[in-house]
Amino acid sequence: MATAATVHSHAPQGFIRKYIFSLDHKVIGLQYFFLALTAVFVGMFLSLLMRIHMIWPTAALPLVGEIKPETYLSLLTMHGTIMVFFVLTTAPQGGFGNYFLPIQIGAPDMAFPVLNMLSFWTTFVGFVVIIAAFFVTGGAPLHGWTGYPPMSAVQSTGPGEALGADLWITSIAIFCIASLMGALNFITTTLDLRAKGMTMMRMPLTCWSWFITAILGLLAFGVLLSAGILLLMDRNLGTSFYVPLVVVNGQVMGHKGGSPLLWQHLFWFFGHPEVYIAILPGMGVASQVLSTFSRKPIFGYKAMVYAMLAIGFFGFMVWGHHMFMSGMNPYSAFAFSVLTMCIGVPSAIKTFNWLGTMWKGHIRFDTPMLYAIGFVSLFVSGGLSGPFLAQPVLDIQLHDTYFVVGHFHLIMGVAAIFGIFAATYYRFPKMFGRMMNESMGRIHFFITLAGTYAIFMPMHYLGMAGQTRRYSQFTEVAYQAKLLPLQTFMTYAAIITIAAQFIFVINLFWSMFKGPKASDNPWEATTLEWTTATPPPHDNFGGVTPVVHNGPYEYGVPGAPKDFVMQTDPATVASH
Amino acid sequence: MGLALLVLIWLITLISTYFFVAKTWWLPAGASAAAGWIDGQFTLTFIIMGIVFLAAQLGLGYIVWRYRETPSSPPVTYSHGNTKLEIVWTTLTTILFIGLNLMGSTTWASQRFDRETPADAVKVEATGMQFAWYFRYPGADGTYAKTSAKLMDPSAGGEAAVGLDPNDPSAKDDVVTGTMYLPVNREIDLSLRSVDVIHDLFVPSLRFKQDAVPGLNIHMRFQPTAIGEYEIACAELCGLGHYKMHGMVHVVSQEDFDKWLAAREAEKQ
Amino acid sequence: MATYTPTTPIDHIGHKPPTPPPAKGGDDGRGGDIPNYGARLRRARLGMICALATVCMIFVSLTSAYVVRKGLPTFEGTSNSYVRDWGEIDLPWRLLGINTALLLISSITMEFARRNAARQAALAPVKSIPGISLGHEQSMPWLGITVILGLAFLVGQWMAWGRLHDGGFYVNTNPSSSFAFLLTITHAIHLTGGILALLWAASSSLLDKPLEVRRIAVDITAWYWHFMALLWIYVFALLGFAR
Repeated sequence: MATAATVHSHAPQGFIRKYIFSLDHKVIGLQYFFLALTAVFVGMFLSLLMRIHMIWPTAALPLVGEIKPETYLSLLTMHGTIMVFFVLTTAPQGGFGNYFLPIQIGAPDMAFPVLNMLSFWTTFVGFVVIIAAFFVTGGAPLHGWTGYPPMSAVQSTGPGEALGADLWITSIAIFCIASLMGALNFITTTLDLRAKGMTMMRMPLTCWSWFITAILGLLAFGVLLSAGILLLMDRNLGTSFYVPLVVVNGQVMGHKGGSPLLWQHLFWFFGHPEVYIAILPGMGVASQVLSTFSRKPIFGYKAMVYAMLAIGFFGFMVWGHHMFMSGMNPYSAFAFSVLTMCIGVPSAIKTFNWLGTMWKGHIRFDTPMLYAIGFVSLFVSGGLSGPFLAQPVLDIQLHDTYFVVGHFHLIMGVAAIFGIFAATYYRFPKMFGRMMNESMGRIHFFITLAGTYAIFMPMHYLGMAGQTRRYSQFTEVAYQAKLLPLQTFMTYAAIITIAAQFIFVINLFWSMFKGPKASDNPWEATTLEWTTATPPPHDNFGGVTPVVHNGPYEYGVPGAPKDFVMQTDPATVASH
Repeated sequence: MGLALLVLIWLITLISTYFFVAKTWWLPAGASAAAGWIDGQFTLTFIIMGIVFLAAQLGLGYIVWRYRETPSSPPVTYSHGNTKLEIVWTTLTTILFIGLNLMGSTTWASQRFDRETPADAVKVEATGMQFAWYFRYPGADGTYAKTSAKLMDPSAGGEAAVGLDPNDPSAKDDVVTGTMYLPVNREIDLSLRSVDVIHDLFVPSLRFKQDAVPGLNIHMRFQPTAIGEYEIACAELCGLGHYKMHGMVHVVSQEDFDKWLAAREAEKQ
Repeated sequence: MATYTPTTPIDHIGHKPPTPPPAKGGDDGRGGDIPNYGARLRRARLGMICALATVCMIFVSLTSAYVVRKGLPTFEGTSNSYVRDWGEIDLPWRLLGINTALLLISSITMEFARRNAARQAALAPVKSIPGISLGHEQSMPWLGITVILGLAFLVGQWMAWGRLHDGGFYVNTNPSSSFAFLLTITHAIHLTGGILALLWAASSSLLDKPLEVRRIAVDITAWYWHFMALLWIYVFALLGFAR
């Protein structure tokens, strides 16, 4: 058990110890960040191929050739899995959480640095394994990121359901183990390594979001891990946990008596908290950025904390709303539906408070703020389709249509990505010691926001009209063929939006080496990371221990010499 | 910058709302007894959420522009929030969301809860397999014959595909077809089965959707109310042919239905 | 409204020069030469509690799978009715009973080892003072005994699986045997982790690490070990009573 003390007596020497198998949470955070960046480009490329295939099904594309329907399903499965696990879970928590949680609470490192390193490298192995699924015989699996058995549990249900599906589930199991190690570390760090004066209620909301996310991860990933083990056993050892007597292609399979719904229950017990694992850190960074760039304290700090706790709590009780059409007991739909609506309440509180934070503020439009505003807009748009889907009656029409695809892409996909963008633009100066280019950032933002809506808003119309999801072509069903123009529009929007992401990448790498030098506190923010050098020294605070005297968002305090009061400022800020 | 954001957010909001309100793309015309209820609930939810959507997005755009930092901005109001406002807002949303939720419950119950099946309900069984639907009518005896996994031969289609057991006496009058015929204005008692993976029988115009799960025999009730041809789309990912697992429901008059069924029975003999 | 009362000068970017570290603080890693083992023990225990929460969730989900799989019948066309297929399994109860006893005893020896390690760590600074002798300490090698008992338990489990195979029960014979293998093997894998941790703790004394480090390792492994014993009783009861 090497703890912070043993590894932080002095900085490690040598390239491998310093950059590859590093124990420094900042290096590990960057490793996670670049892993997620790689993954997001893989995932985005897959979505581009999908969008092109839907519109021009027989087009011969450079490098990949003509995409067949089964290839389309592989792309879809891998897009979902890579995005959910290796981007939305990895970047905000593993990346920014690792880098900034210790600094924001005034700790020199995570509680268990060795575990932290192991966690990253396990994640990395998981990523390699899932990418390997593309290259085995039969290719990647077809069963979607949700992997419903019997399709995922019987090897002959389609190409890709053989070795590809084994690699897929193995990768997820590896990822679970990595996330569990990470979650354990985050919780211990938050509870035990806070600097003097950093009470829980003085923690920045980002730290709260990472902490709650870690708790969700700790409880949820274990369930997915066991579900995955059962699936592997059904696939390879001939057990029948999930598979009843089935006849595939006229062949009677050797299974008997299993319950396909069992997987759905276990999967969604993990899957719904996973949604919050993706979005909570986005909420955290949006709160932080909105307060900083509105030069106002966050509106209702305590309400924000309680709302996040409530979202996390309810998140474990609503998994059944993914299963209204599954053949689950129809009576239980009522309970799941009411509890789901309950989640709308803390979400509404958060939106209200974000607007309240900007109200009568001095809004500065630096790129991080643009993305935080975009986050709020997307959160509202994506959130408001929730109450439709939470009602079993409306789910009869909307379940498994593009309405759902639009809903979760807005709320958990793009909103979370906007959180990541806000975090990247906001944190970049501290991480790399240079500023990102503002003009490029603004262009990137405007194209991305408009493009996002252009892609995902029409999905709601499609869904209402009955366009089912996961269709590789729309020519077979007459009423869906009529919707093709809208699909074509979305594909063009997607191509433009994806192209715009290269502005971000160029900005990122150019600024990393050529951007103007950043000061220690370029955004005039109050939290601890801005009190230390840029980039932070090996032990984060250069041998001093920060002592915290104030809450995290003291902006515009009357009588203060500046419009912000650092958390370490021993001056008293008493509100009454 | 504040103005640009205001324009963009308002534009997005108004354009999105226009297509919803103009019903350019909307639910297909309903043709079942539940459609009225479902559409009503949909419209109500849509109106409430639409108002919140407009208020929040337009408000966001306005706030962003109105409170941008300028040299002449008055000092910010130093405030950590307003507990009273928070409580009012929370109570309002709670009542709204949960109230909305409870409203649609009767329709849900009518389709899915086990009740006495009326004696005159039309019995149909739908079986999904990669990548086709088969529909079975129990015939005059009202009993579905037994099926056997060993007898299933998807390449042969029809009775062989669902593995109808010819030794079962009630198999004599079981009719298996690739198209579903239903009499109009009759209660339908639909059994849903699947032989391989999970499928989903989705008929948008009838406001009907239910997974067909191997190992389960799911009973559903609905009532078509308009004569016409309606498309079935599979709504649960079932493999590489998912997109072409397509079927048709013909809702016809009672007379035509009887004629059609009699013709199928005659074909079988 | 709020008041702002400055107490120290503030520099140009708005924060005051860093304060010197407080005289007494937690072991935050900047503490210099003397690591604070108390804080590290607390932290390690906290981490262990989180790990145990995860193990709990794994077994909770396996249990719910067990209950659902046992309770839900499936529809079969051959009879047009719902059929249950939960089979019977002959568990070698006597052998499992002996294994249970072994594991419980090992839990007791583990506790002795934990207390021993704590005492040694507490006495270490006293011993290091020249001229002070506490006499020749002779205590049982509790750690070693625990490892041996743990290994014996695993061997016993191995034999139990062999017995099941002899009786014609394989992992895919029926759901009951699937779960029996699944639960016992999952538990055995977790216990193997505990044995590895014990071996690591034992080796730390050979590797000339401070006694406190060894003590922390032994302490949290003991927590884990006790938990494994409890978990085994739970698995045993589940297999026994919810057949």
